[in-house]
Amino acid sequence: MIFGMDLGPHADFIVAAYAIAAVVLVLMIGWIVLDHRAQKQKLAALESQGVTRRSERAVERLA
Amino acid sequence: MSPLAAIFMRDLRLAVRVGGGGGIGVLFFLIVVVLMPFAIGPDLTLLSRIGPAILWLGALLASLLTLDRLFTADHEDGSLDLILMGGTPLELAIAAKAFAHWLTTGLPLVIVVPLLGLFMNLDGRASAAVALTLLVGTPALTFIGVIGASLSVALRRGGLLLAVLVLPLTIPVLIFGVSASNAAIVGPLPFGTPFTILCALSLVSLVVGIFAAAAALRHGME
Amino acid sequence: MALIDYANPTRFLGFAERVLPWLIGITALAFVAGLYLTQGAPDDYQQGATVKIMFLHVPTAWLSMFGWIVMSIAALGTLVWRHPLADVAAKAAAPLGAAFTFLCLTTGSLWGRPMWGTYWVWDARLTSELVLFLMYLGVIALWHTVEEPSRAARAVAILTLVGAINIPIIKWSVDWWNTLHQPASVVKLGGPAIHPAILTPLLVMAVAFTLLFVTLHIAAMRNEILRRRVRSLMLLRAQAAPGSAS
Repeated sequence: MIFGMDLGPHADFIVAAYAIAAVVLVLMIGWIVLDHRAQKQKLAALESQGVTRRSERAVERLA
Repeated sequence: MSPLAAIFMRDLRLAVRVGGGGGIGVLFFLIVVVLMPFAIGPDLTLLSRIGPAILWLGALLASLLTLDRLFTADHEDGSLDLILMGGTPLELAIAAKAFAHWLTTGLPLVIVVPLLGLFMNLDGRASAAVALTLLVGTPALTFIGVIGASLSVALRRGGLLLAVLVLPLTIPVLIFGVSASNAAIVGPLPFGTPFTILCALSLVSLVVGIFAAAAALRHGME
Repeated sequence: MALIDYANPTRFLGFAERVLPWLIGITALAFVAGLYLTQGAPDDYQQGATVKIMFLHVPTAWLSMFGWIVMSIAALGTLVWRHPLADVAAKAAAPLGAAFTFLCLTTGSLWGRPMWGTYWVWDARLTSELVLFLMYLGVIALWHTVEEPSRAARAVAILTLVGAINIPIIKWSVDWWNTLHQPASVVKLGGPAIHPAILTPLLVMAVAFTLLFVTLHIAAMRNEILRRRVRSLMLLRAQAAPGSAS
């Protein structure tokens, strides 16, 4: 009895399908979240070294 | 001689000379087909059953591996830039080169099929069927392969990348080629149906291939 | 502000920051609703409870094709308008499409074993879906082959458009050929042929998965824009380094 459902004689296949889907989705979401963090970290590191984009330097010059 | 004819004749001559792709494609085809019975075993009935498939696979690989050279040789000596800058429409120039490639690489494969059919224990009718399907199907392989060849010269990467990109696109040609061969040998499907589709695939790939290859070269050679 | 203004990558980042929290919210809600309906769905008279696999398999199949369509539209943007956001959209969509294609193949395989007796069969639809998966992998390989982003984008765009021919083949393969896979029963002339008690969970799950794709796509596009910024800044830093010619 999975979540109160009787999944019949082929329950293993149904559970496996949902499990694999969950794993793949978690991996996808996880990769995107971790990648976001990594890029933000790299940008912060570059900024602290004084390397900035032209548009930001223009803003500094005008300020 | 018109520029297009000049490109065509040049490619023909280069392919036939030492270092060209002509003979080596046939040699590779021969070796691959000979390798198969060593792996599969000498069971003649089995070999004759899968013979058309093996011949088609061998032809596919032989076509693919010789396509590498289609543009890279020209790129290396600068003639690709001349072709791109010249007055001839790029699509037609590519078509001329691809046609020359087929004549020197694809067509010899077809001619060699009756001999290789012997190795696969195919009778005359079966060999003829395979040869006919290859005659009609190898142009499709060439024109689909031209897309991969142009991408690899534009990106300056060759080898396996080209094969990985092109092989999925050649799957329908392979399916219908083998299906037509088997239809002629065993039935019950009429030979005409898959054969006509194979012809259609060649015609479609002729158009799509040269336009895609021209786009790849234009975008890649800037 | 017109839609075209979002074409600027910086503006897109702002758009993404604002929109993503909402998208994440409604995606989560849609999945909760979908899963609730899924577990309450009646057993099919032929397939029993395994019909519940369909609620995963059909949406992922639709999204596997949707992914390639998104890439194809982006490819047009790259080749015709040289739009930088088009490059980003194409690159972000590829792994997502590949993942959904993988899920379609595996859920289908797990559904096929109890229903047809086999994990795999070389019929037209399964074969063309597998070819789609291989093409996704080829495109991802191509993205990682060329270092310069806009050159890579143009090469991928051409390959994407050539490969787009596979999408109608997948869709209509079950009509054109006698296949083991069942023919179209939802998106066809004459309307769906499925009972509402099963159709409703299916459509809700399809909406949920589509929202998930859009959410992940926008998030991935944001990452890609940031990655390109990192790359150009690192190039700047390398040029400005003492001892290098400038």
